[in-house]
Amino acid sequence: MALLQLRDIGKEFGAIRALGGVDLTLHRGEVLGLMGDNGAGKSTLVRIMAGNFRPSHGTMHFNGRPVEFHRPADARDAGIEVVYQDLALADNLTAAANVFLGRELRRGVWPFRLLDHAAMQQRAAELFQELKSETRPGDLVRQMSGGQRQAVAIARTRLADARLVIMDEPTAAISVRQVHEVLDLIQRLRDRGIAVILISHRMPDVFTVCDRVAVMRRGRKVADKPIGQTSPEEITGLITGALEVA
Amino acid sequence: MSTGLHFTNVGRAPWHRRGFFASQTFYVAVAFALIALGMAILSPIFLSGGNLYNISKNFSFVAIVALGVTLVIVTGGIDLSVGSTMALVALVTVMTLNAVAGRFSGLPGLALGAALCAGLATSLAIGLINGVLVAKVGLSPFVTTLGMLSIARGLCYVITDGRGQAPQGDDAELLYSLADGQLLGLPMPVVYLLVLAGLLGLVLHHSAWGRHLFAIGGNERAARLCGVRVDAVKISAYVLSALAAGFAGVLMAGWLGSVPANLAFGYELRIIAASVIGGANLAGGAGGPLGAVLGSALIEVIRNGLVLGKVSPYWQDTLIGLIIILAVLVDRLRARRAG
Repeated sequence: MALLQLRDIGKEFGAIRALGGVDLTLHRGEVLGLMGDNGAGKSTLVRIMAGNFRPSHGTMHFNGRPVEFHRPADARDAGIEVVYQDLALADNLTAAANVFLGRELRRGVWPFRLLDHAAMQQRAAELFQELKSETRPGDLVRQMSGGQRQAVAIARTRLADARLVIMDEPTAAISVRQVHEVLDLIQRLRDRGIAVILISHRMPDVFTVCDRVAVMRRGRKVADKPIGQTSPEEITGLITGALEVA
Repeated sequence: MSTGLHFTNVGRAPWHRRGFFASQTFYVAVAFALIALGMAILSPIFLSGGNLYNISKNFSFVAIVALGVTLVIVTGGIDLSVGSTMALVALVTVMTLNAVAGRFSGLPGLALGAALCAGLATSLAIGLINGVLVAKVGLSPFVTTLGMLSIARGLCYVITDGRGQAPQGDDAELLYSLADGQLLGLPMPVVYLLVLAGLLGLVLHHSAWGRHLFAIGGNERAARLCGVRVDAVKISAYVLSALAAGFAGVLMAGWLGSVPANLAFGYELRIIAASVIGGANLAGGAGGPLGAVLGSALIEVIRNGLVLGKVSPYWQDTLIGLIIILAVLVDRLRARRAG
């Protein structure tokens, strides 16, 4: 059974068609590379899956059930976590506060439910250790390096029992060593049966870690094939439009 | 909170460059202590019981409203309507008290209770309108609350025809004792201020709501993406700001014994100044009750010092403006040094 099934998903902003008739299927533990030029519709597709906005038409099934996400929290509750391109961090809060933003641990009885600082620090420290990131849960994000910030954003996806993690350009702004760590992490997610959608401009990353690659151009999916049956040259041709279809 | 972590390549700032000791609130606390010390040496009257009693009472009204405005400033907004809100709520409360005076004879407190409910409803309405226009409709906080400043002040003149209103009836005395009495030797406004500031400190730093307030000020988009109910939290900040203003207005009514239609005229600037001096950042994401109280106290102590030093009162505003800039400047210099 497929984990995620999109059928004929489309999105119009006024007269502009950002996305048209996209079908996409994803299985458990599968890593899908989603590629395409700027404005090809990748971000729009991701935002529909993440609950940022609703499709103009089409249906979405997740985990065997039809789903409709009205807010990002709905997608998260269903088991879809997103690492946004700009990481979506509040600079003025600590690493732990950012990891738990929107789902803080609390103790006590309503209306006297106070933040459980110790438990959140503890859990965040464990997550950073698991990600092999030297990040102090109590430090402000403002003072952190690019890699540490990345770790904070990724640690969020490990809080709940996610089934699908969507990463929007996770390797665009970090060092070579950190790219390697992020790719390692994606492999660890797959080993646990978690599906990953990796949006990236970096061909080597996609061919290192993905099982399948889908290419978007002008709001449509123009290719979707196993990584073994394609080549960086073919994908580049599909992205630029030199090749019409695979 | 120590987690016992030791990293090879991630340093840690020394204690005096992080946390409370590196905050603007801390500098202002030190400045406040120094100025108070200087005044105590220069003027024997400064530390007299009567003078301290007056200072603490005078700054309480401003500080209570500054607590509420600080919440709005933390979200990255601004509330210019608080001065007018103080006046309108005080007038509605007193006029309701006078309208129902005598109808509840034999039931002490009931008339005042009805009057306070009317005031509460007025505060809620102002806060909700501000909050919904800013959070749901997406209007700029500055323009929205500037409009509300004018609307509320205009209504003050409309409902009174410009005449001052004095509390009457059996419950007027009750209002005076609640607003202008004493508890354990402290003036009532100070008691309310301390309780509210303590509560706010607890809620800001130890509740999910408080954390969300800071997150919205730091990065509103991120907060929204993380499932924070941004609109609801913002609206609650404007509502609490209006409630604080209304409460302080009623306290002033009890203190003055009469409410002129121009009550608290121009107070919004002193209140915002107090928040900013205390460390609230107009760009959002920083501020707290301790800062609001310290900022208000600092302004009042300086005003008091000028009076005791027989300096022309015309210098007050000039000096307060200087302190606003100085406080923000010191914080900026520190931030630059820390990199």
